[in-house]
Amino acid sequence: MLNTNLYMLQRITALIMAPLVLGHIAVMIYAARGGLSAAEILSRTQGSVWWMLFYGTFVAAVSIHAAIGLRVIVFEIFKLKGAGLVLFTWATFIGLAFLGFRAVYAVTIAGGGL
Amino acid sequence: MSDDSKHLEVSVWRSDVARYESYSVPIQDSQTVLDVVSWIQQNASPDLSYRYACRVGMCGSCAMMVNGEPRWTCRTHVNKVLKNNKMEIAPLRNLPVVKDLVTDMDPFFDKWVEAKSVFQSTKTRHDEMEPILPDSPKRLAASDAIECINCAVCYAACDVVAANPDYLGPAALNRAWSLVNDVRDGGYEARMEAISGGGGCHNCHSQSSCAQYCPNELNPTASIAGLKRETAKGWLR
Amino acid sequence: MISPHRSHSLWFAFIAHRLSGLALAVFLPVHFYVLALVLTDASTLDGFLQWSKNPLVKFAEFGLVFLLGIHIFGGLRLLALEFLPWSPRQKTYAALAVAGAFILACGFLLSAVS
Repeated sequence: MLNTNLYMLQRITALIMAPLVLGHIAVMIYAARGGLSAAEILSRTQGSVWWMLFYGTFVAAVSIHAAIGLRVIVFEIFKLKGAGLVLFTWATFIGLAFLGFRAVYAVTIAGGGL
Repeated sequence: MSDDSKHLEVSVWRSDVARYESYSVPIQDSQTVLDVVSWIQQNASPDLSYRYACRVGMCGSCAMMVNGEPRWTCRTHVNKVLKNNKMEIAPLRNLPVVKDLVTDMDPFFDKWVEAKSVFQSTKTRHDEMEPILPDSPKRLAASDAIECINCAVCYAACDVVAANPDYLGPAALNRAWSLVNDVRDGGYEARMEAISGGGGCHNCHSQSSCAQYCPNELNPTASIAGLKRETAKGWLR
Repeated sequence: MISPHRSHSLWFAFIAHRLSGLALAVFLPVHFYVLALVLTDASTLDGFLQWSKNPLVKFAEFGLVFLLGIHIFGGLRLLALEFLPWSPRQKTYAALAVAGAFILACGFLLSAVS
């Protein structure tokens, strides 16, 4: 169940992600031609501030968006309420944000193992 | 139960045995589902409880689930809903059952009040009449939503009502929208507060079963979208 | 199998949006984890990318892009429904969303196997 704040957060992150998703798919279509390798990906993304900002924003937005979306599902299907629902929402957000920023760091900042 | 070309096989929910009972009902020309239910009560089972009033599609009292879909039974021709000469009739979904085909409409009306879907007057008879232009955008929006007769068909059709006991429901929210667009009404703030809480308009997923089934061809999905826009405007201010 | 009161196209649009969102939310942590292997175990990442050349994996990726397409185009329809003046063409837009998602996914698959 939502209130105005969660609703607006959900819609705003959706709007933010619309161009990012289309960009991501375009990049994937372009990059996946002729097969994909780690070295290929990293040669493009390592040390790039723009890719970091692009995917960093994407991760932030999707962590919020998915956490709220899953919140509605567990509320309606599993009838989770109250503190449990709040905990679930935050855990989903933190989990996705942590894994996501870690991946962004790995792909754009870290030295890489290749 | 034999069903031949002259009889329908009709399953009706009976509270006393907590299951569907089968009745063989003679086929008649231009028969409606309400005719069928009335025949059963008059000829086969006098203790069958059901509601109707006008029987001409104006009052909404005869709403029931027919083969899993909420309909006005007086305006549903049997030959439009029969499946293999069979029909299943149940009380409206999402409401407590009083007996057989009669539901307790209190939760539906309680939510109407909870949504503040009640006109708040701002003028007295001593004031000037409010000039309302019939084709002003707000009046058109209000008029589009105003023909609701509280039959609860939309409420029965809605899966969010089923999933969220606090959800105010399409009818209450549709009326709230018509009042938001009524320039004479003085209850805007309280109403916006009421429709943006845990049971409010943001729970709507635009499944649109409400618009699909409304016998008056209203569109609560559109009304609720309007309410969402209003809450967004308030949030952005 | 589908309840009678749900057998209409806008309800299918709703369930497609919900299920695609759920699938993406489940996929994301896996996706983030695999990408972050660059940090700890880059050879596994390369191994994974080699494995992903398998046609079955490509087809699964096609499915994912299709689900993403459903979710974003369906989501755009919802944003328009909620924030723009009402359009009576919701069923048309819902159908276009599915078509668009399919075209997008085919575009991805064609580039990924060439």
